[in-house]
Amino acid sequence: MVGIVSYGTYIPQYRINVSDIARAWKKEPSEVVGALGVAEKSVPGTDEDAVTIALEAGIRAIGGIRERGEIEALFVGSESHPYAVNPTSTIVGELLGIGNNYLAADLEFACKAGTAGMQAIAGLIASGHIRYGLAIGADTAQSKPHDVLEYTSAAAGAAFLLGGNKGSKGDKGVIAELFAYTSYSSDTPDFWRRDGIRYPSHAGRFTGEPAYFAHVMGAARLIMEKTKITPETVDYCVFHMPNGKFPRDVAKRLGFTPEQLAPSLTVDHIGNPYSASAMLGLAAVLDIAKPGQKIFMVSYGSGAGSDGFLWEATAALRQFQTVRQKDNKTVREQMEKKTYVDYVEYLKQTHKI
Amino acid sequence: MKIYIIGASTTKFGELWGISPRTLAREAVGGALTDAGIKPAAVEALFVGNMLSGMLGGQEHLGAFFADELGLGVPAFKIEGACASGGLAIHAAVAGILSGQYKTVAVLGVEKMTDHKPEDVATALMGAGSEEERLAGATFPGLYAMLARAHMAKFGTSEEQLAAVAAKNHFHATLNPNAQFHNALTVEQVMRSSKIADPLKLLDCSPISDGASAVILTAKSKGQRVKSKDVEIVASAVATDTLGLAQRESLTELKATKEAAKKAYKQAGIEPKDVDMAEVHDCFTIAEVLAMEDLGFYEKGKAAKAIASGDTTLGKSKKLVVNPSGGLKGCGHPVGATGVKQVVELVEQLRGTAGKRQVSGVNVGLAHNVGGSGATAVVHILKRA
Repeated sequence: MVGIVSYGTYIPQYRINVSDIARAWKKEPSEVVGALGVAEKSVPGTDEDAVTIALEAGIRAIGGIRERGEIEALFVGSESHPYAVNPTSTIVGELLGIGNNYLAADLEFACKAGTAGMQAIAGLIASGHIRYGLAIGADTAQSKPHDVLEYTSAAAGAAFLLGGNKGSKGDKGVIAELFAYTSYSSDTPDFWRRDGIRYPSHAGRFTGEPAYFAHVMGAARLIMEKTKITPETVDYCVFHMPNGKFPRDVAKRLGFTPEQLAPSLTVDHIGNPYSASAMLGLAAVLDIAKPGQKIFMVSYGSGAGSDGFLWEATAALRQFQTVRQKDNKTVREQMEKKTYVDYVEYLKQTHKI
Repeated sequence: MKIYIIGASTTKFGELWGISPRTLAREAVGGALTDAGIKPAAVEALFVGNMLSGMLGGQEHLGAFFADELGLGVPAFKIEGACASGGLAIHAAVAGILSGQYKTVAVLGVEKMTDHKPEDVATALMGAGSEEERLAGATFPGLYAMLARAHMAKFGTSEEQLAAVAAKNHFHATLNPNAQFHNALTVEQVMRSSKIADPLKLLDCSPISDGASAVILTAKSKGQRVKSKDVEIVASAVATDTLGLAQRESLTELKATKEAAKKAYKQAGIEPKDVDMAEVHDCFTIAEVLAMEDLGFYEKGKAAKAIASGDTTLGKSKKLVVNPSGGLKGCGHPVGATGVKQVVELVEQLRGTAGKRQVSGVNVGLAHNVGGSGATAVVHILKRA
């Protein structure tokens, strides 16, 4: 059985109040916050980009692991790879010190490139081709000033080291088993950024029903059919969080309770870090889950597709949680450590001025 | 010779992401032909009401486009008059019959708006405005907000009274299976919604919608059999005014509505008090208030209070029921289809087949369709045959 061996997360400490952005554009702050369900978002430092964020998350994921050379795949999913040509994954791999015997690839699929990497690595492990692989989702999410995306686009990264749990000599125990995964894709151009263009475009309300909801629900139903599970039989659900409303809405439509969803809602604290969004939600749940608990997860990437996962925490999770707590590296602690910046500082730190 | 509507049909209005304009047109015209009990070969001409297909979809030449798509192969015309395109298409069809050129014609109103970015739709819609006001950055919510401000200043109309228009029309829409919205709205909800162009809020504004509606018109001379479900068009009138607001004499009335209504009442030989129900152009809540006064149902400055007190609400009305379909606000506003949909609603009400939203005792219905901020107004009056 493939599963998660360890994970790490990184959230830049800077925050901006959505109200400050709204005021800059003469919008009524309470209306913007109410409409999007997001009150503040994370902002990268001026020297941070998808590479540094992926690296920070990667370091936290494999910090306690000595056999770094056994990591044979490293995929980084992002919408904000600093280079169009020159991989993020090899820079991160080099700095993580995982040697040279690994398959590296930068993935791009809007907000689900990171989870696409998780599925690809799970397949490589299940086939026996590799033993360990690191999947990272990291973004300094782009948004044009005055575009509605500006209120939610955030920065963060999450890295998941996947491995087998066959009990063979040398295999590390997994902290969460991957029971099943599915994917649901179609040509639905709801959000895009052409080569050489700085900011993404989107089709407004089209990003809702025919895009996010159709695909998230499509993947969710596929995984429910495949595993014969129902919302009542899982403990937590995690969805991609483009804003505060969509994950709550889709959870309700699928029959999950607000309590099953709540622990994953990092969007309430840091906004939408694109490729890292659902992965960060999963990390936040794993930070508090108990052995035996099941986690239902569906990501979403515009263009469009959703990756569905069903995880179950193992007894090994407890010790891993203890280490994360001791190191003050839980998602909650990272969300709570914050320094507010004003709109001008935000523009500077994101290199818009 | 009298002109009758012998077939009427509308698609559901809404965000119909998966349905193309071709499919919408086939459903609407197919439904109208079935309702009329005639074959496509009996249709001699097609009039298509549409505003945005060229600017948004890059497709013009809609007359031939839909004549081909619908397998009609008849003379066909696209009629464009901004949000009054549908009403104008019916007027053109009536004129075509009155000219003696055609006897039986189909009218299709169709619009596909949700495939496009909201800012592109807003820009395209502003094509209906005056050049100066467009270049100055005005939008239709902004222009109607100015009309609302003027009405509020002159007559003491309140934002709550405007909100009551949206609440009434949403209530009606809950009874209409083809409406875009089926959620009831309270005045408080409207008041709390985001400001779009002060004093107009989000829920004062009609939505962006897809949809198509169609009617089949035919001429019957004296002695020809008229079916009980046939509905007679007793008036079809159009008036125009300046595109921009700046040139208008008054901002508390739409002169085009007044003139079209005057002509229509004269053609029909009736007065406003004879109208039992009306579908009026509530693109913004203030527009319904203006319409109620300009159509002669209320004295200037009296309509808003009356609407808010339930005077035109189904089940409460002491006068005529207005916008039982849900209007543009509740039923949706696919701009080229709206004017035709209003007439389809009148046909159903006059036949007594409007289901839960049926207004009792309807003998005369009026449809009022506006283009731009009142540069075009079309009024149709229909009677039971």
